[in-house]
Amino acid sequence: METQVTGASRYDAIVIGAGHNGLIAGAYLARAGRKVVVLERRDVVGGAAVTEEIFPGYRFTEFSYVVSLLRPEIIRDLELPRHGLKILPLPSTVTPMDNGDYLAAWDDHDLTRRELYRHSPRDAEAADEYSRVMARAAKAIKPVIGLVPPDPSSLSWRDLRGLLKLGAYGASLGESEIYRIAKLVTQSSADLLDEWFEFDALKGTKSASGIIGTFLGPRSPGTAYVLLHHYMGEIDGAFRAWGFAKNGTGGVSAAIASSARALGVEIRTGAAVEKVVVRGGRAAGVALANGDELHAKVVMSAADPKRSFLQFVDAQHFPDEFTQAIRDFRVRGSSGKVNIALSELPQFTCLPGEGPLHRGAISISPSIDYIERAYDEAKYGQLSRRPYIDMIIPSMIDRDMAPPGHHVMSCFVQYAPYDIEGGWDDAKRDAFGETVIDTIERYAPNIRRAIVGKQVITPKDIERIAGITGGNIFHGELLLHQLFFLRPAPQWADFRTPLPGYYFGASGAHPGGGVMGAAGKLAATEILRDWR
Amino acid sequence: MTGLYELKRTPFHERTAALCLPQNWRRWAGHIAVGSYDLGLEREYWAIRNGAALIDVSPLMKYLIEGPDAARLLDKVTPRNIARLAIGQVYYTGWCDDEGKLLDDGTVTRLGETSFRLTSAEPSLRWLHMNAVGMDVTITERTDQMAALSLQGPKSRAVLNRCCDTTVDGIKFFRMAPNVLAGRTVTISRTGYTGDLGYEIWMDAADALPVWDALMAAGGDYGIAACGILAMDMARVEAGLFMLDVDYTSATHAWIPGQKSSPYEMGLGWTIALDKPGYFVGRRALEREAREGSAWKMVGLEVDWEGLERLYAAVGLPPQIPAMAVRGSLPVRHDGRQVGYASTSTWSPVLKKYIALVHLQRPYYEPGTRVSLEITVEHHRRHAPGTVVALPFYEPEWKRK
Repeated sequence: METQVTGASRYDAIVIGAGHNGLIAGAYLARAGRKVVVLERRDVVGGAAVTEEIFPGYRFTEFSYVVSLLRPEIIRDLELPRHGLKILPLPSTVTPMDNGDYLAAWDDHDLTRRELYRHSPRDAEAADEYSRVMARAAKAIKPVIGLVPPDPSSLSWRDLRGLLKLGAYGASLGESEIYRIAKLVTQSSADLLDEWFEFDALKGTKSASGIIGTFLGPRSPGTAYVLLHHYMGEIDGAFRAWGFAKNGTGGVSAAIASSARALGVEIRTGAAVEKVVVRGGRAAGVALANGDELHAKVVMSAADPKRSFLQFVDAQHFPDEFTQAIRDFRVRGSSGKVNIALSELPQFTCLPGEGPLHRGAISISPSIDYIERAYDEAKYGQLSRRPYIDMIIPSMIDRDMAPPGHHVMSCFVQYAPYDIEGGWDDAKRDAFGETVIDTIERYAPNIRRAIVGKQVITPKDIERIAGITGGNIFHGELLLHQLFFLRPAPQWADFRTPLPGYYFGASGAHPGGGVMGAAGKLAATEILRDWR
Repeated sequence: MTGLYELKRTPFHERTAALCLPQNWRRWAGHIAVGSYDLGLEREYWAIRNGAALIDVSPLMKYLIEGPDAARLLDKVTPRNIARLAIGQVYYTGWCDDEGKLLDDGTVTRLGETSFRLTSAEPSLRWLHMNAVGMDVTITERTDQMAALSLQGPKSRAVLNRCCDTTVDGIKFFRMAPNVLAGRTVTISRTGYTGDLGYEIWMDAADALPVWDALMAAGGDYGIAACGILAMDMARVEAGLFMLDVDYTSATHAWIPGQKSSPYEMGLGWTIALDKPGYFVGRRALEREAREGSAWKMVGLEVDWEGLERLYAAVGLPPQIPAMAVRGSLPVRHDGRQVGYASTSTWSPVLKKYIALVHLQRPYYEPGTRVSLEITVEHHRRHAPGTVVALPFYEPEWKRK
């Protein structure tokens, strides 16, 4: 049955999901003159990059909370600074230790060295060289991120050219760099760090970046790559810089949405997509939950791979192996968030008073053993009794986040397994929140008294609120077998899908997540390439 | 808590801070160091060249290397023949990675048969430990425990003789001897970073202030001046001495291969003992470079004063000279094509010349080659003609005497 289509609902492109990738893809398509609508199930845009006022006056950067990987070319192309993007410095990390001491690291080489020297002179020197080596490796790998992955099994001109380019690039790196990278992508972060360092708190803190968003422990092979992934951060050309976006990561989404609207993108909230409409073997539009149908020449999904390919589109439109590959795609959520509204600053026993270190990250990662033990429990479906926590106090960086004198604290917590034994319920969520507060209380005894309100987010809540299947913050773990030309499925890493006219550009696509925006931009580029 | 957000202070801070009236502080290896004690550099510079200048060089990294294999370790990590280093002798040396690219440079002093002091600009503990595997040697960092002063200038010997228990007349160039100064045990080496007559005084950090006071008192009649690192920076260019992170990049810090330098390229060919037996780090690469010649070389450039005058006269100005050494890369051209760059340039008050440490490609590094240095005259790029010269620019007869 032909649906009567009015001019108004006829689009060149429909983008499913107004997370940062969906908005970026929409903006790039509109910039190329296409008529675009971005559909968002929730009534706020941003997906997992949202800031919400859960308690009046206290603004939580609800899921994602720091920025670094956001591609600089996207910031320029979409003129995000003009649309309000401000990335504020996050200049330090401090790790409270169980003996009452602490380990601090700054963005200043000399201060960091001096501090580390206190704990281990040899680590102080190694840290210097280590960060050079990692930054060089990240710099070497980085160009690959901006590339559409060529398929090594394909003989198409484009794939061959891509492989040649990649080969030539690899050759330009020099032998020692290639060996280094080969090691980095196969090692565990614990093994990597043991090669360099001896001091527990340093190794624990560094290893933490290797497990974020994966369901792996620091001793699992492959985590060294994830660690490297976090080294690719860049702000204003400075590698390895992390920052806090004004107004939280919702501020990033708001800037992208504003840019997209200025480019003519229509953004519809409260518009949940039920199905992709397939006509004549092509994606032709979407059917909304409210019964409306929108039509377009192409449809791009910025939802996670499971929803994009197992829910929006009936299996009959895909080859079995593709469906199977998507079913096998690992999206095990392993982390949660606890966002806390505070009436006073948490007082860390190791660093009394208010100091510059409150403006940076505070990491509960006293040792690799601590984190590996936390993983052991999660592996068997339990909450980590003593989890890894990465805290920032956004109100210390951006005073607009909380009422004067009060604060908000963002706590990223790992591990909280999606598949918790017996399934998640309110009691388990409460227990999770309590575990986190208990853990913080060991280092900042005034925390409980300071709490005005708290929002506990389990992987199940990430799935429910942000719509990410499995609640994995990267829409699928950054595992070696899920990266580059294997992300999200073999042969389909170029943002196209087996269904003509249906494209895929989100964290679950190459090159992965982390408020990077690369997938959305690259997908839009491929859509435009096919248009001609 | 104090110190957590600050750079380190040297053992002389109490004295230097009291004298540093312009609050001109610089960073040096994680410390704050006095840039200059006056608003201008002239008085301190001329203390180096005409009197005696007292410079706090405590931020230098210092390592004590001891044990039966101490000589073996240093023979492995440096290209110099440590077997020939006599007790009480000092070697200046660079050291390389295995590709023959410079990591750092400093001095090695033989304190005893099995005991050495190594100074470096950057931390070297890790590198030493990595190379000491399987050796019977202990490596102790002494940077914070040991204070160091550099007393430079033609009057430095007279000043020391006035306040030391034993005369320093017998200390030859690049030799060292123990002494007693202000009742404190010190070692005095005839070394420095100015190319003038000069000594470096090494002491326990606890003895720093009495030694400083005794030297300042003894130097009063000789025009002694506390001198910051900016005046020293001018003097070291005149002496043809280079600086890590200014004139070359450590191979471990280089982002790209082109940023690395070999000791041959930096004019340290004379330190490389290819005739010594056995392996040392970088040997194969250095042998190859010795055979095939270097693609680059650091040499001196003297800018023609008349040429400089002409460029400024064209806009109606006399030549404008920076008041301190310029640590910025400036292109050097030959026949209108770039053949290299200057890494540090400075006005030389003693030579009355504008000079630069330049890195030139073969064959342009031969002395006598005419090249030009890019300068900015009233916001316009100009090219000041000059001549390639051998280093050092300045070497007074009393330096080695």
